[in-house]
Amino acid sequence: MEDFTPLSGLVGGLLIGLSTAMLMLLNGRIAGISGIVGGLLARKGSEVGWRAMFTAGLLLGALAYVLVTGGIFPVTVEVGLPVMVAAGLLVGFGTHLGSGCTSGHGVAGIARLSRRSIVATLVFMGAAILTVFVSGRVI
Amino acid sequence: MGIGTIRLAVALFSGAVFGLGLAVSGMADPAKVIGFLDVAGEWDPTLAFVMGGALLVTVPAFRLIFRRRRPVLGDFDLPSEKRVDARLLGGSALFGVGWGLSGFCPGPAVVALVPALATGIVPVLAFVAAMVAGMAIYERLF
Repeated sequence: MEDFTPLSGLVGGLLIGLSTAMLMLLNGRIAGISGIVGGLLARKGSEVGWRAMFTAGLLLGALAYVLVTGGIFPVTVEVGLPVMVAAGLLVGFGTHLGSGCTSGHGVAGIARLSRRSIVATLVFMGAAILTVFVSGRVI
Repeated sequence: MGIGTIRLAVALFSGAVFGLGLAVSGMADPAKVIGFLDVAGEWDPTLAFVMGGALLVTVPAFRLIFRRRRPVLGDFDLPSEKRVDARLLGGSALFGVGWGLSGFCPGPAVVALVPALATGIVPVLAFVAAMVAGMAIYERLF
Protein backbone atom coordinates (compact mmCIF):
# COMPACT_ATOMS: atom_id res chain seq x y z
CA MET A 1 0.00 0.00 0.00
CA GLU A 2 2.86 2.35 -0.76
CA ASP A 3 0.77 4.81 -2.76
CA PHE A 4 -2.27 4.90 -0.48
CA THR A 5 -3.52 8.53 -0.25
CA PRO A 6 -6.75 8.39 1.78
CA LEU A 7 -6.98 12.10 2.62
CA SER A 8 -6.66 13.50 -0.89
CA GLY A 9 -8.92 10.66 -2.07
CA LEU A 10 -11.58 11.61 0.48
CA VAL A 11 -11.34 15.35 -0.26
CA GLY A 12 -11.52 14.70 -4.02
CA GLY A 13 -14.50 12.42 -3.44
CA LEU A 14 -16.30 15.05 -1.34
CA LEU A 15 -15.82 17.58 -4.18
CA ILE A 16 -17.21 15.07 -6.72
CA GLY A 17 -20.19 14.48 -4.42
CA LEU A 18 -20.71 18.21 -4.00
CA SER A 19 -20.70 18.71 -7.78
CA THR A 20 -23.17 15.84 -8.25
CA ALA A 21 -25.52 17.17 -5.54
CA MET A 22 -25.32 20.72 -6.94
CA LEU A 23 -26.23 19.63 -10.47
CA MET A 24 -29.21 17.63 -9.16
CA LEU A 25 -30.49 20.31 -6.74
CA LEU A 26 -30.21 23.21 -9.17
CA ASN A 27 -30.62 21.68 -12.65
CA GLY A 28 -32.26 18.30 -11.91
CA ARG A 29 -29.63 16.47 -13.96
CA ILE A 30 -27.44 13.44 -13.22
CA ALA A 31 -23.70 14.14 -13.29
CA GLY A 32 -22.89 11.04 -15.34
CA ILE A 33 -19.83 11.69 -17.45
CA SER A 34 -20.40 9.00 -20.09
CA GLY A 35 -23.89 10.37 -20.74
CA ILE A 36 -22.69 13.97 -20.70
CA VAL A 37 -19.77 13.42 -23.09
CA GLY A 38 -21.77 11.05 -25.32
CA GLY A 39 -24.68 13.48 -25.30
CA LEU A 40 -22.46 16.01 -27.07
CA LEU A 41 -22.78 13.79 -30.15
CA ALA A 42 -26.56 14.06 -30.17
CA ARG A 43 -26.76 17.47 -31.87
CA LYS A 44 -30.48 17.64 -31.21
CA GLY A 45 -32.66 19.08 -28.50
CA SER A 46 -31.88 21.35 -25.61
CA GLU A 47 -29.58 19.00 -23.68
CA VAL A 48 -26.39 19.63 -25.65
CA GLY A 49 -25.58 23.09 -24.25
CA TRP A 50 -25.32 22.20 -20.57
CA ARG A 51 -23.36 19.05 -21.41
CA ALA A 52 -20.83 21.12 -23.37
CA MET A 53 -20.56 23.52 -20.42
CA PHE A 54 -20.09 20.69 -17.92
CA THR A 55 -17.38 19.11 -20.11
CA ALA A 56 -15.62 22.48 -20.44
CA GLY A 57 -15.88 22.75 -16.65
CA LEU A 58 -14.15 19.38 -16.18
CA LEU A 59 -11.16 20.68 -18.16
CA LEU A 60 -11.19 24.07 -16.39
CA GLY A 61 -11.31 22.37 -12.97
CA ALA A 62 -8.26 20.30 -13.86
CA LEU A 63 -6.53 23.42 -15.20
CA ALA A 64 -7.34 25.31 -11.99
CA TYR A 65 -5.75 22.52 -9.96
CA VAL A 66 -2.58 22.71 -12.05
CA LEU A 67 -2.41 26.51 -11.78
CA VAL A 68 -3.11 26.66 -8.03
CA THR A 69 -0.79 23.85 -6.97
CA GLY A 70 1.84 24.84 -9.52
CA GLY A 71 2.34 21.21 -10.42
CA ILE A 72 1.12 18.71 -12.98
CA PHE A 73 -0.79 15.78 -11.50
CA PRO A 74 0.55 12.45 -12.73
CA VAL A 75 -0.95 10.49 -15.60
CA THR A 76 0.96 7.22 -15.86
CA VAL A 77 -0.13 5.08 -18.81
CA GLU A 78 1.41 1.63 -18.59
CA VAL A 79 0.00 0.00 -21.72
CA GLY A 80 0.62 0.54 -25.42
CA LEU A 81 -1.41 2.60 -27.85
CA PRO A 82 -3.38 -0.34 -29.39
CA VAL A 83 -4.55 -1.38 -25.91
CA MET A 84 -5.55 2.22 -25.11
CA VAL A 85 -7.60 2.41 -28.32
CA ALA A 86 -9.28 -0.96 -27.69
CA ALA A 87 -10.00 0.06 -24.08
CA GLY A 88 -11.43 3.40 -25.20
CA LEU A 89 -13.78 1.67 -27.65
CA LEU A 90 -14.92 -0.76 -24.91
CA VAL A 91 -15.46 2.05 -22.39
CA GLY A 92 -17.39 4.23 -24.87
CA PHE A 93 -19.56 1.42 -26.25
CA GLY A 94 -20.01 -0.34 -22.91
CA THR A 95 -21.02 2.74 -20.91
CA HIS A 96 -23.67 3.63 -23.48
CA LEU A 97 -25.01 0.07 -23.76
CA GLY A 98 -25.04 -0.09 -19.95
CA SER A 99 -26.44 3.46 -19.53
CA GLY A 100 -23.67 4.79 -17.31
CA CYS A 101 -20.21 4.69 -15.80
CA THR A 102 -18.47 5.20 -12.46
CA SER A 103 -20.12 8.59 -11.93
CA GLY A 104 -23.67 8.06 -13.24
CA HIS A 105 -24.11 4.57 -11.78
CA GLY A 106 -21.40 4.51 -9.09
CA VAL A 107 -22.06 7.88 -7.44
CA ALA A 108 -25.42 9.33 -8.56
CA GLY A 109 -27.23 6.04 -9.20
CA ILE A 110 -26.23 4.42 -5.92
CA ALA A 111 -27.25 7.62 -4.09
CA ARG A 112 -30.68 7.33 -5.78
CA LEU A 113 -30.74 3.75 -4.42
CA SER A 114 -31.29 2.53 -7.99
CA ARG A 115 -31.11 -1.26 -8.17
CA ARG A 116 -29.87 -1.01 -11.78
CA SER A 117 -26.99 1.24 -10.73
CA ILE A 118 -25.99 -0.95 -7.79
CA VAL A 119 -25.91 -4.02 -10.07
CA ALA A 120 -24.05 -2.12 -12.83
CA THR A 121 -21.42 -0.90 -10.36
CA LEU A 122 -20.82 -4.43 -9.03
CA VAL A 123 -20.55 -5.76 -12.60
CA PHE A 124 -18.09 -3.17 -13.93
CA MET A 125 -16.00 -3.28 -10.75
CA GLY A 126 -15.91 -7.07 -10.92
CA ALA A 127 -15.09 -7.10 -14.63
CA ALA A 128 -12.32 -4.53 -14.15
CA ILE A 129 -10.77 -6.40 -11.19
CA LEU A 130 -10.89 -9.65 -13.18
CA THR A 131 -9.36 -7.93 -16.23
CA VAL A 132 -6.45 -6.55 -14.18
CA PHE A 133 -5.94 -9.93 -12.54
CA VAL A 134 -5.95 -11.82 -15.85
CA SER A 135 -3.87 -9.32 -17.84
CA GLY A 136 -1.33 -8.81 -15.05
CA ARG A 137 -0.87 -12.31 -13.71
CA VAL A 138 -2.16 -15.01 -15.97
CA ILE A 139 -1.10 -13.82 -19.43
CA MET B 1 -30.16 36.73 -17.03
CA GLY B 2 -32.66 34.02 -18.02
CA ILE B 3 -33.05 30.62 -16.38
CA GLY B 4 -31.41 28.95 -19.39
CA THR B 5 -28.25 31.00 -18.93
CA ILE B 6 -28.14 30.31 -15.20
CA ARG B 7 -28.53 26.57 -15.86
CA LEU B 8 -25.56 26.71 -18.24
CA ALA B 9 -23.50 28.55 -15.62
CA VAL B 10 -24.47 25.90 -13.02
CA ALA B 11 -23.35 23.16 -15.41
CA LEU B 12 -20.01 24.90 -16.01
CA PHE B 13 -19.38 25.42 -12.29
CA SER B 14 -20.52 21.91 -11.40
CA GLY B 15 -18.22 20.47 -14.08
CA ALA B 16 -15.31 22.51 -12.73
CA VAL B 17 -15.86 21.24 -9.16
CA PHE B 18 -16.08 17.69 -10.52
CA GLY B 19 -12.86 18.12 -12.52
CA LEU B 20 -11.09 19.64 -9.53
CA GLY B 21 -12.29 16.74 -7.38
CA LEU B 22 -10.95 14.18 -9.84
CA ALA B 23 -7.59 15.99 -9.99
CA VAL B 24 -7.34 16.20 -6.18
CA SER B 25 -8.40 12.56 -5.75
CA GLY B 26 -5.55 11.22 -7.88
CA MET B 27 -8.02 9.22 -9.97
CA ALA B 28 -6.94 10.90 -13.21
CA ASP B 29 -3.84 8.71 -12.96
CA PRO B 30 -4.61 5.30 -14.53
CA ALA B 31 -1.75 3.68 -12.60
CA LYS B 32 -3.47 4.65 -9.34
CA VAL B 33 -6.80 3.22 -10.48
CA ILE B 34 -5.09 -0.01 -11.55
CA GLY B 35 -3.53 -0.06 -8.06
CA PHE B 36 -7.07 -0.26 -6.66
CA LEU B 37 -8.31 -2.83 -9.17
CA ASP B 38 -5.24 -5.03 -8.61
CA VAL B 39 -6.58 -6.64 -5.46
CA ALA B 40 -4.03 -9.47 -5.66
CA GLY B 41 -1.08 -7.05 -5.85
CA GLU B 42 0.00 -4.13 -3.66
CA TRP B 43 -3.56 -2.98 -3.16
CA ASP B 44 -4.16 0.80 -3.02
CA PRO B 45 -7.61 1.39 -1.47
CA THR B 46 -7.70 5.12 -2.39
CA LEU B 47 -10.49 4.72 -4.99
CA ALA B 48 -12.82 3.40 -2.28
CA PHE B 49 -12.20 6.62 -0.30
CA VAL B 50 -13.04 8.69 -3.40
CA MET B 51 -16.32 6.88 -4.02
CA GLY B 52 -17.03 6.84 -0.29
CA GLY B 53 -16.40 10.58 -0.02
CA ALA B 54 -18.70 11.26 -2.96
CA LEU B 55 -21.47 9.04 -1.55
CA LEU B 56 -21.05 10.67 1.87
CA VAL B 57 -22.39 13.84 0.20
CA THR B 58 -24.78 12.46 -2.43
CA VAL B 59 -26.68 9.90 -0.34
CA PRO B 60 -28.00 12.41 2.25
CA ALA B 61 -28.17 15.25 -0.30
CA PHE B 62 -30.32 13.25 -2.73
CA ARG B 63 -32.70 12.25 0.09
CA LEU B 64 -33.32 15.95 0.75
CA ILE B 65 -33.34 16.98 -2.92
CA PHE B 66 -35.93 14.36 -3.94
CA ARG B 67 -38.38 15.69 -1.37
CA ARG B 68 -38.77 18.58 -3.79
CA ARG B 69 -41.23 18.35 -6.68
CA ARG B 70 -38.71 20.01 -8.95
CA PRO B 71 -35.15 21.28 -8.81
CA VAL B 72 -34.42 24.98 -8.25
CA LEU B 73 -34.22 25.56 -12.02
CA GLY B 74 -36.38 23.57 -14.48
CA ASP B 75 -37.40 19.93 -13.98
CA PHE B 76 -35.84 16.64 -12.91
CA ASP B 77 -34.70 14.37 -15.73
CA LEU B 78 -34.19 10.91 -14.23
CA PRO B 79 -34.00 7.42 -15.78
CA SER B 80 -37.34 5.59 -15.59
CA GLU B 81 -36.05 2.10 -16.48
CA LYS B 82 -36.19 -0.24 -13.47
CA ARG B 83 -35.35 -3.66 -14.93
CA VAL B 84 -31.91 -5.19 -14.70
CA ASP B 85 -31.56 -6.42 -18.29
CA ALA B 86 -28.93 -7.92 -20.58
CA ARG B 87 -27.94 -4.51 -21.93
CA LEU B 88 -27.16 -3.19 -18.47
CA LEU B 89 -25.17 -6.30 -17.56
CA GLY B 90 -23.38 -6.68 -20.92
CA GLY B 91 -22.59 -2.98 -21.27
CA SER B 92 -21.26 -2.74 -17.72
CA ALA B 93 -19.11 -5.85 -18.26
CA LEU B 94 -17.61 -4.41 -21.48
CA PHE B 95 -17.00 -1.11 -19.73
CA GLY B 96 -15.29 -2.93 -16.86
CA VAL B 97 -12.94 -4.76 -19.24
CA GLY B 98 -11.96 -1.46 -20.90
CA TRP B 99 -11.54 0.19 -17.51
CA GLY B 100 -9.33 -2.64 -16.28
CA LEU B 101 -7.19 -2.64 -19.45
CA SER B 102 -6.50 1.11 -19.37
CA GLY B 103 -7.21 2.35 -15.84
CA PHE B 104 -9.41 5.05 -17.40
CA CYS B 105 -13.13 5.58 -17.03
CA PRO B 106 -14.78 8.54 -18.84
CA GLY B 107 -14.35 11.38 -16.29
CA PRO B 108 -10.69 10.80 -15.42
CA ALA B 109 -9.81 10.34 -19.11
CA VAL B 110 -11.23 13.77 -20.00
CA VAL B 111 -9.58 15.42 -16.98
CA ALA B 112 -6.24 13.73 -17.77
CA LEU B 113 -6.15 15.58 -21.11
CA VAL B 114 -5.00 18.69 -19.20
CA PRO B 115 -1.79 17.37 -17.53
CA ALA B 116 -1.19 15.12 -20.54
CA LEU B 117 -0.63 18.27 -22.61
CA ALA B 118 2.67 18.50 -20.73
CA THR B 119 3.44 14.85 -20.02
CA GLY B 120 2.39 13.18 -23.30
CA ILE B 121 -0.99 13.71 -24.89
CA VAL B 122 -0.99 10.82 -27.40
CA PRO B 123 -2.20 7.86 -25.29
CA VAL B 124 -4.82 9.95 -23.44
CA LEU B 125 -6.11 11.55 -26.64
CA ALA B 126 -6.19 8.13 -28.34
CA PHE B 127 -8.27 6.75 -25.47
CA VAL B 128 -10.70 9.68 -25.46
CA ALA B 129 -11.07 9.61 -29.28
CA ALA B 130 -11.70 5.83 -29.21
CA MET B 131 -14.17 6.28 -26.33
CA VAL B 132 -16.15 8.89 -28.27
CA ALA B 133 -16.01 6.58 -31.33
CA GLY B 134 -17.34 3.70 -29.20
CA MET B 135 -20.23 5.91 -28.05
CA ALA B 136 -20.93 6.91 -31.67
CA ILE B 137 -20.89 3.25 -32.78
CA TYR B 138 -23.44 2.44 -30.08
CA GLU B 139 -25.67 5.34 -31.14
CA ARG B 140 -25.44 4.16 -34.76
CA LEU B 141 -26.31 0.54 -33.92
CA PHE B 142 -29.08 1.09 -31.37
